[in-house]
Amino acid sequence: MSNKLHIKLNVNGKDEEFLAEPRELLIYTLRERLNITGPHIGCETSHCGACTVTIDGKSVKACTMFAAQASGKSVTTIEGIGGPDNLHPLQEAFKEHHGLQCGYCTPGMITRATKLLEENPNPTEEEIRFGMAGNICRCTGYQNIVKSIQAAATEMNAAASSTSEAVGSKEVEAAE
Amino acid sequence: MKDEITREERVDNLKGMGCSRKRVEDARFTQGKGNYVDDIKLDGMLFGDFVRSPYAHARIKNIDTSAALEVPGVLAVLTAADLEPLGLHWMPTLAGDKQMVLADGKVLFQGQEVAFVVAEDRFAAADGIEAVVVDYEELPVIVDPFKALQSDVVLREDLVAEDGTIPDGAHGPRKHPNHIFTWEAGDKAPTEEVIANADVVAEESMYYHRTHPCPLETCGCVASMDKVNGKLTLWGTFQAPHAIRTIVSLISGIEEHNIRVISPDIGGGFGNKVGAYPGYVCSVVASIVTGKPVKWVEDRMDNLMTTAFARDYWMKGKISATKDGKITGLQCHVTADHGGFDACADPTKFPAGFMNICTGSYDIPTAYLEVDGVYTNKAPGGVSYRCSFRVTEAVYFIERMVEVLAIKLNMDAAELRRINFIKKEQFPYTAALGWEYDSGDYHTAWDKALKAVDYDGLRKEQAERVAAFKRGETRKLMGIGLSFFTEIVGAGPVKNCDILGLGMFDSCEIRIHPTGSAIARLGTISQGQGHATTFAQILASEIGLPADSITIEEGDTDTAPYGLGTYGSRSTPVAGAATAMAGRKIRAKAQMIAAYLLEVHDNDVEFDVDRFAVKGAPEKFKTMKEIAFAAYNQAIPGIEPGLEAVSYYDPPNMTYPFGAYVCVMDIDVDTGVPEIRRFYALDDCGTRINPMIIEGQVHGGLTEALAVALGQEIAYDDMGNCKTGTLMDFFLPTAWEVPNYETDFTVTPSPHHPIGAKGVGESPHVGGVPCFSNAVQDAFRPFGNTHTNMPHDHWRIWKTANELGLHD
Repeated sequence: MSNKLHIKLNVNGKDEEFLAEPRELLIYTLRERLNITGPHIGCETSHCGACTVTIDGKSVKACTMFAAQASGKSVTTIEGIGGPDNLHPLQEAFKEHHGLQCGYCTPGMITRATKLLEENPNPTEEEIRFGMAGNICRCTGYQNIVKSIQAAATEMNAAASSTSEAVGSKEVEAAE
Repeated sequence: MKDEITREERVDNLKGMGCSRKRVEDARFTQGKGNYVDDIKLDGMLFGDFVRSPYAHARIKNIDTSAALEVPGVLAVLTAADLEPLGLHWMPTLAGDKQMVLADGKVLFQGQEVAFVVAEDRFAAADGIEAVVVDYEELPVIVDPFKALQSDVVLREDLVAEDGTIPDGAHGPRKHPNHIFTWEAGDKAPTEEVIANADVVAEESMYYHRTHPCPLETCGCVASMDKVNGKLTLWGTFQAPHAIRTIVSLISGIEEHNIRVISPDIGGGFGNKVGAYPGYVCSVVASIVTGKPVKWVEDRMDNLMTTAFARDYWMKGKISATKDGKITGLQCHVTADHGGFDACADPTKFPAGFMNICTGSYDIPTAYLEVDGVYTNKAPGGVSYRCSFRVTEAVYFIERMVEVLAIKLNMDAAELRRINFIKKEQFPYTAALGWEYDSGDYHTAWDKALKAVDYDGLRKEQAERVAAFKRGETRKLMGIGLSFFTEIVGAGPVKNCDILGLGMFDSCEIRIHPTGSAIARLGTISQGQGHATTFAQILASEIGLPADSITIEEGDTDTAPYGLGTYGSRSTPVAGAATAMAGRKIRAKAQMIAAYLLEVHDNDVEFDVDRFAVKGAPEKFKTMKEIAFAAYNQAIPGIEPGLEAVSYYDPPNMTYPFGAYVCVMDIDVDTGVPEIRRFYALDDCGTRINPMIIEGQVHGGLTEALAVALGQEIAYDDMGNCKTGTLMDFFLPTAWEVPNYETDFTVTPSPHHPIGAKGVGESPHVGGVPCFSNAVQDAFRPFGNTHTNMPHDHWRIWKTANELGLHD
């Protein structure tokens, strides 16, 4: 087909530029074109959330968005959230609290949870359950996923407050 | 040598059995570095996808592939005519039937595979599918198994002789062209006599609806035929990779040593990935034809509509008792809807799986079971969705029959269960339908469960709620769901369990490395159960090396020993036993090496956690790490170098996990919405290997039970159209619908298993479905409800309330 579109994306901090058919789905771009296989395909109808990525600050299901719709935007996948040398507290917490079994939903689940905690750093259990309802897990029954997210929130809040304390004490030092 | 650390610390360092070791699998999964089949990419890899039938029953008059072959990127289109010369247009099923790989003259269910389009990518394959023109002639559709047995419409002409007679099937005589088998267990005449003369008889008909395991990852494979060296490599979502290798060899004629089957990471199975599907066969053929690797991955609609349904049992029961509630007899007839082909995944001798465990946890002296399998215009499958071969159906049946009997006797259902439980001292117990239950302590578990939830208090509260409802003060009813289940898992003894003639043993091979770490390979394959974590724990306790120093590898038939795979909760009962036995072989050799190093007789050293020590002189010892090194660097008279072992374990019996569940539910009679207030689950899976993982399995199994009981179904209309082909219509609970579960346990080790473990992955599903269902039914019991069929979705619950006059 000749009607290819010129698409520019920033994925996990890296600029990507390519020609693609209008019908190319973003999940296909990520998995097949860019070899970013963390986001998975589970339903292709926006129900399961295995393909969840973050686009310009919002959780998006990459299986039902065209690559062209994401052109000019920044995309973050699980690969951009944390790696072996800089694990995200959510990645640590899911491991610590048995928040996963087969692992297929996990990249989408953690990617969504990063946004949830950004929007609401102190969610109640009910807010977590509601905020994660777009991501399906067939293995865990969610109990330990909720626990993992709660633990990560606590951890991140503690880190944030100790950072602000550290900043505070620095200012005091400077003032002295 | 002075011991630096305490014995307790040495035990802790092993991270062996009984500790909640964190999972070793999680690092890669949490970082998006899992390797699932769709992540596999090979040079020049093509993508195959199916033209599928829109009709449930039709003759195929013509298939025109010419336009499809003109579509850019399409390389080939396979039809049955292309497969026929290879003898691959049909394939054997696991149930002794055969199944079309690609439609051979007709189609028998909606979504059936008609042609396989091979293209450069998924988009080109989709374009090619659109361009294939199939000329169908519609035939009358039968979706009701009872009508199928009365109909003149023959679904499987291939199973009727030219003179019109009906040849026997794989399981004996067939009484109608659409009939597959009759399977019996127990004694018919004595059971009928007991029931005819009983004080009390309760009867009920129930439909256990068709559903689907629906793992989050669908089925798929990559086939790569290397024509230079004649080797076929097949990656795929296989719960039984070794069996798949044998099946591929048998049907393709490629020698087994030239086939390498690899199960990479699997995104959940739940029974969906046990069977052999047309996609696998077509991918292999397409790779041979094109000389390139070919990938096939289902989309969700393909998955729900065509591979591996579960259940679809119409069950009719009679249960008899004395007037004070002692059960005297049980009779069950099942009409089993198997769809267009009998592709049920059961051991060969059990066409209805282990449905004959339907006497449940009760001491029932006389019983009879009869199952009729029937062809209809629905998808084939009949897999064990998170259960061991129809145990879920059996447990649902008996746990409903006991409730129905309680209503008839006007008795409390918890008390009725208690007075009929098999007693602890009766084990090993031979049930009326033939199984020998290895162990159990049902009364202790039941009493613990009822006490934990304050059962008497709940009943009091329920009575007050009913009174308040009748006074018009509330519109919510309260249901107390009870369930006591006995599972039968760990298939199984080779003497009576095989699949396609392959005995259902399993295996483990261990290699200890010189510096005291190890690799163990098993014939099973994890799909989320955490085998790499738990099997290392079993070994750590058996061989005294830390679990963190033991790699567990499964799923590559070129390296792992032969085994029958992971389903039916068989990994721990069978492969777990093989692991322990192989570990003990390692230990036996280590004992001889230790004795040599310590200069004493073999019998004068004893194993202690991580070492062998001289009896009576614990300060004289050799650690397993030291022994491992010695095995590779010392010439020990009479002992071969190296430290390796393999064990193939044929279990002497099944294992029989059990459990007691209670669900408390509030039901809004005006909206039909059930709210789960509390769910308590006590599981007895024998010896507990990793409590954290057990608890995770229970949470997950209960959630799949909730789904099945409260809404999940594969439904068809009269034309055979599948109405539940997407996640829009097929219920998968989200975090929002799922409650928190309370878990508990008792420990009754299996007497015949080397470490006493019984398996747990499926118990919560098996016990959970009747518990959720009983809670709904119990809420309406005070208003005259005896039984309503699952799934109890909001509309059906509303309808029950309406029919009972609660909206008047």
